[in-house]
Amino acid sequence: MMIKRMNLGMVLLCLMVFTLNVDAALQIEITEGVEGAFPIAVVPFGWEGPGLKPKLIVSSVISSDLGRSGRFKPFAEKNLVARPTDNTQVKFPNWRISGADYLVVGKMRAAGPKGYVVQFQLFDVYKATQLAGYSIPANDGDLRYVAHQISDIIYETLTGEPGAFNTRIAYVTLVRKANKKPKYSLYVADADGYNSQVVLQSSRELLSPSWSPDGRYLAYVSFEKGKRGRAAVFIQEVATGKRQMIADYPGHNGAPSWSPDGSKLALVISRLKARDRSNYDIYVYDLKNKKLRRLTKHWGIDTYPVWMPDGQSIVFTSDRSGRPQIYRISTRGDRPKRLTFAGRENDRPVISPDGRNIAMVHSNGGGYRIGILELETRQFQVLTDGTLDESPSFAPNGSMIIYATTYNNRQVLAAVSTDGRVKQRIPFEEGSVREPAWSPFVKK
Amino acid sequence: MKLIRLAAILVLPAFLAIGCGSTPEEEAEAQPEPVVEQPADTGAEPDVTPVEPPAATQLHPLDDPDSMVFTKTIYFDFDKYDIKGEFRDVLNAHAEYLASNPSAQMTIEGHCDERGTREYNIGLGERRANAIQQILTLQGASARQITTISYGEERPVELGHDESAWGKNRRGEIVYTSR
Repeated sequence: MMIKRMNLGMVLLCLMVFTLNVDAALQIEITEGVEGAFPIAVVPFGWEGPGLKPKLIVSSVISSDLGRSGRFKPFAEKNLVARPTDNTQVKFPNWRISGADYLVVGKMRAAGPKGYVVQFQLFDVYKATQLAGYSIPANDGDLRYVAHQISDIIYETLTGEPGAFNTRIAYVTLVRKANKKPKYSLYVADADGYNSQVVLQSSRELLSPSWSPDGRYLAYVSFEKGKRGRAAVFIQEVATGKRQMIADYPGHNGAPSWSPDGSKLALVISRLKARDRSNYDIYVYDLKNKKLRRLTKHWGIDTYPVWMPDGQSIVFTSDRSGRPQIYRISTRGDRPKRLTFAGRENDRPVISPDGRNIAMVHSNGGGYRIGILELETRQFQVLTDGTLDESPSFAPNGSMIIYATTYNNRQVLAAVSTDGRVKQRIPFEEGSVREPAWSPFVKK
Repeated sequence: MKLIRLAAILVLPAFLAIGCGSTPEEEAEAQPEPVVEQPADTGAEPDVTPVEPPAATQLHPLDDPDSMVFTKTIYFDFDKYDIKGEFRDVLNAHAEYLASNPSAQMTIEGHCDERGTREYNIGLGERRANAIQQILTLQGASARQITTISYGEERPVELGHDESAWGKNRRGEIVYTSR
């Protein structure tokens, strides 16, 4: 449970706009933070040598992570009253006066030719007690991940929920230049926008990226086939770039979604044979035995299948009742049950990691916004306020939803906490960005 | 190419068509004073034959702005895939063209405006392409001459975010892959 410490002098965080991560391709700007976010001081870690200290400033990464969650307000470095590196150097009364609820200190030393040991301690300033402390070995290339790991530990210790700072996001960018073919790129980056790498580049459309449950593969739709462009579903191993075409039937092949155990892909096929009448239906492809099984058979457009965490049912969009709504069908293929009744249309469902909520694109005849439906209570809530919000994706700890939106006529990404209180905007450095997909927890 | 035609127009009607209504094109082209040789006063009728324009100057109906089948874009209302009455004649003309040219092949592309989700819009775009195909086959084209494909909202012709852009993007495009 959340450790409640409401500082009466706390500043209400209504609109806090600051840009983090100047060198990242994705700049994450917090546009709304939680009122009562915990003031936390993260002191630059000491360096004990031998040799040169690493370039990466671990404390900056931790500060950025915690600030980005919207639930913490990290001190600016110039406001730190002291620079302790372990508990022996901490004078709690001074930190109390400075207004910190929590304090993070740490130090690093070299271990071996390319390694470090990173030690950190988290304190409750008022109680003057240590809440967490760890010593973590790291290679030079892993320092960012160790910093994110520390952020995860701090976040979980103070909020009771697992952190999702050591995760990645996939997204598609589009750059259009006059008299040139459009340039589509499928990217993977750390959840804070750093370390972006191009997974695929194309002059044809790229859509619907979907992570495998082990975080190693991406499934996606690419319009690369044929002279004028036809859609096919591919899966690609992110680390190696090896790709495999999964579905290339004569009509549309789209909306791939991995099963929770990683053994199957749900997807949409519109025509199995060239002379078939086109009919967008949900199929399940078994990756092991390469067999295709049809799940829905209806003249309506069925699309965007996603799996419930227990793998026993699939939730999807169908316009069989006239307009797109969300339905649920068991993987055995019984009669689909309609889940959404709010507004005019509901589309593109995604399931929260605990299976209790469904986020979706919702419209009431005006714009398109991200909505969330709590399955047990049937309570529905609109979380965003854009005009054309789409493609929501849950963080693997269920705390935030990343989605695509339009801002100042640019297509950018944005994120909102699942209670609607924290908001972020994430523009790409060039062109438009869309179709975000948050990776699962990555086991290293 | 046009000059030969022009001469034919000017030489003949200059004698015969004074006072007749002429098309704006002919009027416009006749603006510069035509130089017409006065016939020698021999009393004999001048031997004037109109010159047929060579076939190369005739435009293929698919490329001829005056032809019904020149129009290859059909527009749709928001969220709809029914064919509006104003496009029936054009589609009938395409059906006729396909029926009269059995080797002609066409691809119909379906498109949507940016509202709504991408994969759903691919489905909706295909409905539009199929609606066009259905009219064509009902009016005499063979289904073997037509393939359909949808690009959903992915290939807009207008990049704006208002109805004037959206209206231009909600369309079916007829593309002749073989004439």
